[in-house]
Amino acid sequence: MKKFLTNKSTFSNYMTYAGVVIAFIILTIMGEAGGLSSTMKGQLVPVCAYVVMALSLNLTVGVMGELSLGHAGFMSVGAFSGAVVASALQQAIPSDGIRLVIAMVVGAILAGLVGIVIGVPVLRLRGDYLAIVTLAFGEIIKSIVTNLYIGIDAKGLHFSFLNPLEGLEAGGRMIMNGPMGIPGNTKISTFTAGFILIIITLMIIFNLVNSRSGRAIMALRDNRIAAESVGINATKYKMMGFVTSAALAGAAGTLFGMSQNAIIASKFDFNTSILVLVFVVLGGLGRMWGSIIAAAALTILPELLREFSEYRMLIYAIVLILVMLITNNPGLKNLFGKLIPRRKGAAENE
Amino acid sequence: MKKFAKVIALLTVLMLALTCFVGCGKEEATALKIGITGPLTGGAAIYGNAVKNAAEIAVEEVNALGKIQFELKVEDDAHDAEKAVNAYNTLKDWDMQIFMGSVTSTPGTATSKEANNDGIFYLTPSASSTDVLGGVANAITGTVDIARKDNVFQMCFMDPNQGAASANYISSQKLGTKIAVIYKNDDNYSTGIYNSFKAEADKLKLDIVSTTTFTEDTKTDFSVQVADAKAKGADLVFLPMYYESAALILKEAKDTNFAPKFFGVDGMDGILSLEGFDKSLAEDVMLLTPFNADAEDATTKAFVAKYKEKFGEIPNQFAADAYDCVYAIFAALKEGDALKNEDGSYNYGVSAEDLCKMLVEAFTAEDFTYTGLTGENMTWGKDGAVTKTPKGMVIKNGVYVGM
Repeated sequence: MKKFLTNKSTFSNYMTYAGVVIAFIILTIMGEAGGLSSTMKGQLVPVCAYVVMALSLNLTVGVMGELSLGHAGFMSVGAFSGAVVASALQQAIPSDGIRLVIAMVVGAILAGLVGIVIGVPVLRLRGDYLAIVTLAFGEIIKSIVTNLYIGIDAKGLHFSFLNPLEGLEAGGRMIMNGPMGIPGNTKISTFTAGFILIIITLMIIFNLVNSRSGRAIMALRDNRIAAESVGINATKYKMMGFVTSAALAGAAGTLFGMSQNAIIASKFDFNTSILVLVFVVLGGLGRMWGSIIAAAALTILPELLREFSEYRMLIYAIVLILVMLITNNPGLKNLFGKLIPRRKGAAENE
Repeated sequence: MKKFAKVIALLTVLMLALTCFVGCGKEEATALKIGITGPLTGGAAIYGNAVKNAAEIAVEEVNALGKIQFELKVEDDAHDAEKAVNAYNTLKDWDMQIFMGSVTSTPGTATSKEANNDGIFYLTPSASSTDVLGGVANAITGTVDIARKDNVFQMCFMDPNQGAASANYISSQKLGTKIAVIYKNDDNYSTGIYNSFKAEADKLKLDIVSTTTFTEDTKTDFSVQVADAKAKGADLVFLPMYYESAALILKEAKDTNFAPKFFGVDGMDGILSLEGFDKSLAEDVMLLTPFNADAEDATTKAFVAKYKEKFGEIPNQFAADAYDCVYAIFAALKEGDALKNEDGSYNYGVSAEDLCKMLVEAFTAEDFTYTGLTGENMTWGKDGAVTKTPKGMVIKNGVYVGM
C-alpha cells in the first residue's frame, strides 16, 4: 500500500480514474436535477469524444514521440463506418446500447486497419514521415468520404463511389449521400457510453504504458539507437502504439458521429486534427490527465465565451496563450508542489 | 512579468466565472424571442451577416409599428453542424420562442432536427437543402431518406426545385443544345441542384456534354473545367454555385475566348456587387433568382436604401429572404392579434410549443399568402416548401433585366 501511494505514476493514474468518475457522477446528478443548461447537456457527449481523441493522440505524440497530423482522419473513419453500421442494423437490433457498442467496435477495427496500412510502410522509416503521411491521409479520407454513396433497401446495403446511387428499391433509403454526408443520423450516443469509453481508453493506455511493450515504446522515443542496440524491434513496437491510437480514435469518432444529427466529411479536416493536437500539447505530452482537462475545457470554452459575440475567438486565443504561460510558470509549479506535499515527496523519492 | 501573468490569469478566471452567472435572472418577457444561427465568422460569413443585418432591420421596423414586439438574437455557428447545435442550445437557454433557422444547409439539417424534437417553430431564410425539411424524395433514387420534420419551413426555393426549374426553362426556351455543367461536389447546395437538374434534363432529353466538378480546396482555378466544356463544344454552361466561384469561371472563359451562354441559379445573385469584379464579364449571364436589388417596387427600394445606409452594402438574396421571414412570421401572427390578451396586451409568455402549433397552422392555412421582397403571393404547403415563381433574369449593361 505504501508503495502504491508513493509510486508517482501509479498514484497519478488512479487519481485520473478517480477524477473522471467524480466528474461523471457530479455531471449526471446535475443533469438529473436540472442544473445543467441545454448548452452543457448538448456538449457532454462531444466532450467525451474529444477527450478520447486527445488521449489517443497523446499515445502517439506523447508516449511514442511521433507526430500525427491526420488524427481526425481516423475519427472520420470511425464516425462514418459506425454511423452506417448503426443505421443498417436499426431493424435487426432495436436496442440503442448494443447497436452503439457494435458500431464502436466496427469503427475501432476499421480505423485500426487503416492505421496498419499507414503504419507498415511509414513506421519503418526514421524522421518525420508519419507527420507527412498522416497529413495527406486526412485529406484523402475527406475526399473518399465526400464521394461515397451508401443506400439500404430490402436487398441489403448498396455502395457507389463517385456517382450517386441509382436503382434503390422503394422503401429503401440513402444512408450516406456523398457531399451531404449522413444528413439523417439518429443520435444514440449517451453520456454514460462516453464515460465508459473514456475509462476503457485510460485502462488501455495506462496498461500499455506500464507494460514491457510500453517501456520499449518509450525507450524508442527517448533514444532509438540505444533501444535497438538492446534488441528492441522498433517497427513492431511503434506499430503497436500507433494502431492502438488509431483504433481508439476510431471509437471516439463513432461516439462523436452518433451524437450528431448530421455529419459531413469536411467536419474532420486538418483543423480538427490540429485542434486535438492543441489539446494534447496544452495538456502536456504524455500526461493523460492533462489531455482530459485540456480537451474538456477547450471544447466548452468557446460556448462559455458566447457572451463576447464576435470577440470570442480572440479571447479564446488569449486564454490559450495564458494557459501556456501559466502551466510553464515555475512559481506556480512550486505553489502546486507546496499544496500537494505528497506529490512533491514522491518526486523526491525517485 | 510573473505578477502580470498572475493578474491576467486571475482576471480571466473571474471573467469566465462571471459569464456563467450572467443571464440567470428571469424578467417578465416584453417581446417574442426570435433566434437565428448563422456563420458570422469563417468562410461563409457574408451569408450569415447578410441575414443578421436584414433581420435586424426587419425587427426594428416591426417594433416601430407599435404592435407586437420582437426581440432578435443571432448566434454564430461558423457553418458547422456541431457548433450550430451548440448555438441552438444557447438560444434555447435564452428561452427562444421562434427559430429562424440556420442560414446554411448543413447546420440547418442538424438544427431543424433539434427544433423538430423540441417543438420550436422553424422558418429558415436560406437553408435550401431538402434534408432541412425532410420528407422530400431523393431526386435520383426516389426514396425518402429523412422523415418530414413537420414544423420546419423554408423561405427560399428548395434545391431540387431550382435544378428542375432551370432544366425546364432551358428546354422550353431552347437556350442551348449542348450543355456543360460545372458544380461543387463537396457542397450540399451545389450537388443538390445538380442532381435534380441532371434528373430533369435526362427526362427532357437535354444533351449534357460535359460535367466537371470542383471542391472547397480547388475553387481558385477553373482552367480544366472550362477547357473541358470548350473542347466538348458546349453552347450553354450551367453554373449551380455561389457567385464567387462563378465570377472566376466567367473570367477564365473570357481569357480562353470561350463564349457560350451562362446560366446560374439564385446563388449567382450578388455577382454584380462583388468587389473588383468586371461587370462586363457577366454580360448576358442568365439566372433564376427570387430577388432583384434593382427592382423598382417601393418595398424593395426602401429596403435596399435602408440596408445601404446602415451597412454600406447592397443586400443579396439571403438578406431579402431573412427580411421576408420576419415579416412572414409577423403576418402569420396576424400582426400580433393572434397573441392578444383580452386587455389588449400581448401574451409574450406563450410557450414555444403552443406558438409552434399556432404558426404551423397559420402557415399551412389555405388562405395564407405573403407578398414580400422575394415573391408575390407566396404560399406554404404541408411539405414546408415555399411556392413562388422564380424570376428569370438576364444581365444587360451591368443590371438585371427580366427575361
